[in-house]
Amino acid sequence: MENIVPFKIQAISIIGSLIFLALIARLVLKGKLREEYSIVWILCTLFLIVFSMWRNGLEVLAKALGVYYAPSLIFLFGFFAIIIFLVHLSVVNSKQQQNIKELSQELALLKKELNKEDE
Amino acid sequence: MLHEKVKETNMKLAIIIPCYNEEANIVKVVEECNTLSIPNVSVEPIVINDCSTDNSLKILKEHRISHISLPVNLGIGGAMQTGFKYAYRNGFDIAVQIDGDGQHPPLEIARLVQPILKGELDVVIGSRFIEKKGFQSTVSRRWGIRILEKWCYFLSGIRVKDITSGFRLLNRKALQIVERDYPDTYPEPETIVLYGLNHLKIGEIPVEMRARDGGKSSITSSHSIYYMVKVALGMFFMTIKVKRYGKHSSL
Repeated sequence: MENIVPFKIQAISIIGSLIFLALIARLVLKGKLREEYSIVWILCTLFLIVFSMWRNGLEVLAKALGVYYAPSLIFLFGFFAIIIFLVHLSVVNSKQQQNIKELSQELALLKKELNKEDE
Repeated sequence: MLHEKVKETNMKLAIIIPCYNEEANIVKVVEECNTLSIPNVSVEPIVINDCSTDNSLKILKEHRISHISLPVNLGIGGAMQTGFKYAYRNGFDIAVQIDGDGQHPPLEIARLVQPILKGELDVVIGSRFIEKKGFQSTVSRRWGIRILEKWCYFLSGIRVKDITSGFRLLNRKALQIVERDYPDTYPEPETIVLYGLNHLKIGEIPVEMRARDGGKSSITSSHSIYYMVKVALGMFFMTIKVKRYGKHSSL
């Protein structure tokens, strides 16, 4: 099971991860992605880079955790990370909804206050 | 001196009428509200236009009806809360919530407001089911309402028969609570739990309701399952929230 990952795919995954990292950095610099949301993506990328370089890492980890089929570990971590992030997005979304509601209410009440003289 | 005395006896009552695409009914409802007269109480109907897509806003302006217009559609809860905020900030003593579709007869407010004026109750609900008169809703809906009623009793120990009735009168104590926090969708059953756990005195008075004149119910049959789940869950979380963080008003 040693050297199961051929060199070519290793290179591709490292380059891919670096491009992804650059993309995240670019989005943050352009102000299209807030820093607090970039953290999780940067961590994910670092994770990917580590396992691209450390070729037997997955095997070692699987053995340590008692997982027979190493790739299933990827799915486990992947799904877990995605679900956590989705919950996080729902929280962000709920907060935004609350803020929008309050802003709209204040705006409407303010407009009413301003138009009082006309009525 | 004289002015102060007048101010003391004269209560301010706001009738909050949420309006989402109610061009067919809204003028009639407001006009009916304007004919309402209660001794020593000044009545002000206020329409909350929840970003209607029909001609509601134009009609409100043409008829010079006092209204608050939301810039985005917030749904019934958000619209109603806007009215509560308005009433609370402008020093109203009593707020009445009625539907904009003509289901609730505004003239009944004169009768419903009495326990609040006397200080006997904090929240008055216009109820369809005490005396079985007028529009009674469909069988399946009545069953749904009954289940929610039982659930409410289980959670909070409060028994209200017409738990989904949107015809309600609140005094300032109740107004203070909903002005801060009000559910966005299908707020009626949840707020009963909220009022009850805040130890407000809730009472029901029979009212004859009409079938809606125009417009559609916000709860269609395909939504009814979702409605039940959302409301039951909402009531459950409301109970925990109020019990855990103490009185809601101190949040």
